Amino acid sequence: MLIRRPPGYTIKENAVTPRAAWLRRREILAGFAAAGGTLALPRAGATKSLPAMSNYPPLKAAKTAYSPSNPAAPWEAVTGYNNYYEFGTGKSDPAKKAHRLTTAPWTVSIEGEAEKTGTFALEDLIDFNALEERIYRHRCVEAWSMVIPWVGVPLAQVLQKFAPNSRARYVQFFTKWARKEMPGTLWPVLKWPYREGLRIDEAMNPLAFLAVGVYGRILPNQNGAPLRLVVPWKYGYKSIKSIDRIVFTQDQPETSWNMSNAREYGFYSNVNPHVDHPRWSQASERVIGPQTGFRGALARRDTQMFNGYADAVASLYTGMDLKKNH
Amino acid sequence: MLLTGQANDLGVNPIETTNRFLGDTALRVLLITLAITPVRDITGYVPLTRFRRMAGLFAFFYVCAHLSSYLGLDLFFSLAKLWKDIVKRTYITLGMSAFALLLPLALTSTNAAIRRLGPKRWTQLHALIYPAAILAVIHHIFMAKGFQLMPLIHALILAFLLGWRMVKWLRKNTHPGA
Repeated sequence: MLIRRPPGYTIKENAVTPRAAWLRRREILAGFAAAGGTLALPRAGATKSLPAMSNYPPLKAAKTAYSPSNPAAPWEAVTGYNNYYEFGTGKSDPAKKAHRLTTAPWTVSIEGEAEKTGTFALEDLIDFNALEERIYRHRCVEAWSMVIPWVGVPLAQVLQKFAPNSRARYVQFFTKWARKEMPGTLWPVLKWPYREGLRIDEAMNPLAFLAVGVYGRILPNQNGAPLRLVVPWKYGYKSIKSIDRIVFTQDQPETSWNMSNAREYGFYSNVNPHVDHPRWSQASERVIGPQTGFRGALARRDTQMFNGYADAVASLYTGMDLKKNH
Repeated sequence: MLLTGQANDLGVNPIETTNRFLGDTALRVLLITLAITPVRDITGYVPLTRFRRMAGLFAFFYVCAHLSSYLGLDLFFSLAKLWKDIVKRTYITLGMSAFALLLPLALTSTNAAIRRLGPKRWTQLHALIYPAAILAVIHHIFMAKGFQLMPLIHALILAFLLGWRMVKWLRKNTHPGA
């Protein structure tokens, strides 16, 4: 019997690289390089895959004098980077998941201390022929800011339609809790449905705004479609999204962030560089957009009292201790 | 990111993205390091132990990168600001303490250091990874807004990994000779 002794350099047949893999060797190497890249670097943001602005129907809106000197953040920043915890706590989660929310038809329930209460269609609340554009500074409690061109109507105009009575000292807002469409609400990150509130004189201030659009277009879902509050002198979380319930109340209403941590999030939540969040400074903010690249990444500026809207709102708080009533 | 300037690949807030990613990775690699011993015990695959020290150094590498990005990109290398943060903000205090506990472990990670300290003292010193990991997990819990799930998952994994060691230690000490 012939015993074949293979020389030491031979390798077994099954160790040979399959021909298909050999033909693809360059792609495979490129794949490894890419995998190495993801290991070493954070994953790219969601900005690349966002629907373009042109996908959203345009709105007709009158220009107004509400326009800061700072340039606006780009569409990609406004619609690709924000907080909407109902869709997840990541900054790109809203852009990825909020499309699930059904926003039409939409009704808003008006309740509490007012002459006219009941359920109203969005179109009965908002006169889409009387929209205006307001370019506001938006300051998040996390110490970043953007300048955003909103489209909508003054909040006071809408609230007055329901003739709030003399007991209506506050107004509370609720975000729609669409359990099946909001994966982030499976876990109680906050008290759902999300709720916010204003003192009635804050709500009637000309600066308080109800937005139905941004950048001259219908609001993308991640930005709070179809109806959201914008109160630019307060931290961003006061500007509640996708409102489906408004309640006029006699007593100061509950707000989700205050219920979650009263020490960190007060009822008023006015932008105030002199009162720090217990965990970080509020003295300055990172400016998101309009600059990009390296300079954009490092752009910061000092935070202004009432986010620069002191002229319009400071009188609402005369004599109040803003540290205590933060 | 710093070299290419392609900051927009990291979203519109690249500093936050970088810092979060490095922190998450540091914590996860630390947990992987702590998982090596239990996995070895369960599978009986002893050679795994050889990777433990290397995994620990990987974790320390990400800890350093996370600390540098906070110090450099967030604070612009202001040591005064760093000190203010350490004193004032609990989660920074915890994070910096975890770093301080891990630093001697990284410094004594060479074979020569094991010889110099002796295996017993070296092992005792390297038990500092346990309090460091606990501090790191609390650091993550404290910096999250609201009641978030991910920091709790990390805490649960750590509790299991430390619990495993506790049970092993108890068994060894309640049944001498077993």
